[in-house]
Amino acid sequence: MRTYLIAACLLALWLTLVSWQTATVPEKLSDYGFFTGDPVRQQPAAGVVPYTLNTPLFSDYAEKLRFIKLPPGQSVAYNDTAVLHFPVGTTLIKTFYYPHDFRHPAKGRRLLETRLLVHQPDGWKALVYVWNPEQTDALLEVAGDTKTVQYVDARGTARQLAYGIPNLNQCKGCHNRQEVLTPIGPSVRQLNGDLAYAGAEKKENQLRHWQRTGMLTDLPPLADCPKTPVWDQPETGSLNDRARAWLDINCAHCHNPRGPAMTSGLNLSIGETNSTALGILKTPVAAGRGSGGHAFDIVPGKPEASILIYRLYSTDPGDRMPELGRKTVHTESLELLRAWIKAME
Amino acid sequence: MKPALLLLTTWLFASTLYAQSDVQKRYQTKLILADDGSTIELDAGRFTFTSSLSLQDKKRIVIRGKGIDKTVLSFKGQTDGAEGLRVSNGENIVIENLTVQDTQGDGIKTMNVKGITFRNVKVEWTGPPKSTNGGYGLYPVQCDNVVIEGCTAIGASDAGIYVGQSRGIIVKNSKAYHNVAGIEIENSRDADVFDNEAYENTGGILVFDLPDLVQKKSGNVRVFNNYVHDNNLPNFAPEGNIVATVSAGTGLLILAANAVEVFNNRFIRNQSTGTGIISYLFTQRPITDKAYYPFPTAVSIHDNIYERNPGPAIARSELFALILKTGSEIPHILYDGIVDPATLDSNGKPLPERRICIRNNKNQSLINLDAGQGFKSMARDAAPFDCQLPPLKAPALNAR
Repeated sequence: MRTYLIAACLLALWLTLVSWQTATVPEKLSDYGFFTGDPVRQQPAAGVVPYTLNTPLFSDYAEKLRFIKLPPGQSVAYNDTAVLHFPVGTTLIKTFYYPHDFRHPAKGRRLLETRLLVHQPDGWKALVYVWNPEQTDALLEVAGDTKTVQYVDARGTARQLAYGIPNLNQCKGCHNRQEVLTPIGPSVRQLNGDLAYAGAEKKENQLRHWQRTGMLTDLPPLADCPKTPVWDQPETGSLNDRARAWLDINCAHCHNPRGPAMTSGLNLSIGETNSTALGILKTPVAAGRGSGGHAFDIVPGKPEASILIYRLYSTDPGDRMPELGRKTVHTESLELLRAWIKAME
Repeated sequence: MKPALLLLTTWLFASTLYAQSDVQKRYQTKLILADDGSTIELDAGRFTFTSSLSLQDKKRIVIRGKGIDKTVLSFKGQTDGAEGLRVSNGENIVIENLTVQDTQGDGIKTMNVKGITFRNVKVEWTGPPKSTNGGYGLYPVQCDNVVIEGCTAIGASDAGIYVGQSRGIIVKNSKAYHNVAGIEIENSRDADVFDNEAYENTGGILVFDLPDLVQKKSGNVRVFNNYVHDNNLPNFAPEGNIVATVSAGTGLLILAANAVEVFNNRFIRNQSTGTGIISYLFTQRPITDKAYYPFPTAVSIHDNIYERNPGPAIARSELFALILKTGSEIPHILYDGIVDPATLDSNGKPLPERRICIRNNKNQSLINLDAGQGFKSMARDAAPFDCQLPPLKAPALNAR
């Protein structure tokens, strides 16, 4: 009996030590309690706030639901140059799904994965939870996966896709500033737009909502806040502004002077003013066959001769851009970028 | 948060067991969970992957197979990720004893690694050389302390062994064939390239310095004791890439690089140019990078052996037709003659420390193309280049 007790004590001690040394990570998404009710409806629990971006990253036409959970009683301070500096304890939540039929959202949807960015004392951590076929919960997955997805697109065409779920290293393939894992989307300029909040009669500007509910401090008058145009709504910005906004969110997480594609010398950040760095008459460096036989990243007036268009059009894994998260052609943004290059002098 | 917390490691090991059949997940999980200082042993056999494998944020890791052609990682039919294996943000990483095949993009790319060693690694694209092959075989970029030894690269549509924007480099005892460029050192500092065999590529060895890159200036590159032969493969690089401009039949090409010493090499049957020394201006590409220096200076070519078969250049360009008008054979060494005026003294003579020196090579013959003046006064006179620069030092390396 005593032996058992000692063994049990030792085991308990060992488990304590191990758990003390190892980050504990919930196995199931439901363990976090982010959502209430039927999981497929993704109804946020108290303290979990939905948000959207004006111009989001294209991910093979997947739809995304975004939520933020700030630590209780804490807020984030306004800054208009970078992604907001969220306090330790913040979780950013993003669920990827496909409607069964893009024309009829009421026909239901399939949740694929929920990605978390968790701000821990030693930095941001990325976690990926993959939804089970029953759509009752999502399970932690570190090594990534591929899921066959079928849906009917906005034009009524049935489509099938091998949807890639990233492994944890791939998360940092994009969420990377000088090798530090970093959120990409939620900046003031991207959040400066309206959202229909549950229970509210009309839409409300997200920055104002965040300020009103104590999530955001130091907000200047809205008119003074930068605002990313909506890439496919011409009334929100000029052709140039919308194209640059699209490139910024889709490309600049790597193509910036501190990102993983810094080796290329191509910087597609919204603030880049050097035309060569932006790709205009810039020769490729290590594009390999990604050049598509073209001499320059962007040839003003000639989208068909521009490597940028070639690589955004290609679905070949060796050529296509972005390298991760795109296997289908995003026809609509290509139209925008073609028009942008066509209009260049 | 509910109390039923599982330990990450425990759960992951459980999942590893479930995923035994799935080699992609098994190896990727190993790479993600590897503790610093550990060795990841790969089994003998042939394994097919549909997605890139990646290792990141790790220190002192060895990825070890059972040998070249014994552990074969094939990426034929890859659907996700551009490269085969990608290593980023690490320290002291060793990759050894394995083969990587048929990746869609680059074979093994390592970025931001301080101390990266490739030992007994083969990267190849099977089948005949073609433009749809990936760009680079071994591809360390922005790394410190790079060692490539006993490696083989075959079939790259850009460079088989490519070291870019790095510092402290040794490439030795390696082979590169059937690539557009066999071995390329680009925008890199302090490199030794020796005891290699580069053959049957379009160009055997390239030392390049290109504009618009983060690491601007290359230099202190020594190329010695290499056997560079039969590099006469038609160029199959996709247009737009700088290597697509390399002529078939090139042994060694130095483009805008500074402080390069080339000695004790054998340049044999490279049927256009044994050794070329050119400015970036020669490519006629635009330069907008103000911090870029487009001229090759302080280049020393000595004690090499040159041989070639008689006949016209294998590259059928106007340039070689022009050169043949100056003599019956194509000279072994071509210099474009485009000089930075700032490297000349008040009498128009080159400053001694910035000179191009060509001396003491077996079968030496050279031509100054006078490309800056429209090839008007091409000259085969070796006397202006008969000088010696102080020998360069071996790079100080701190790698495993």
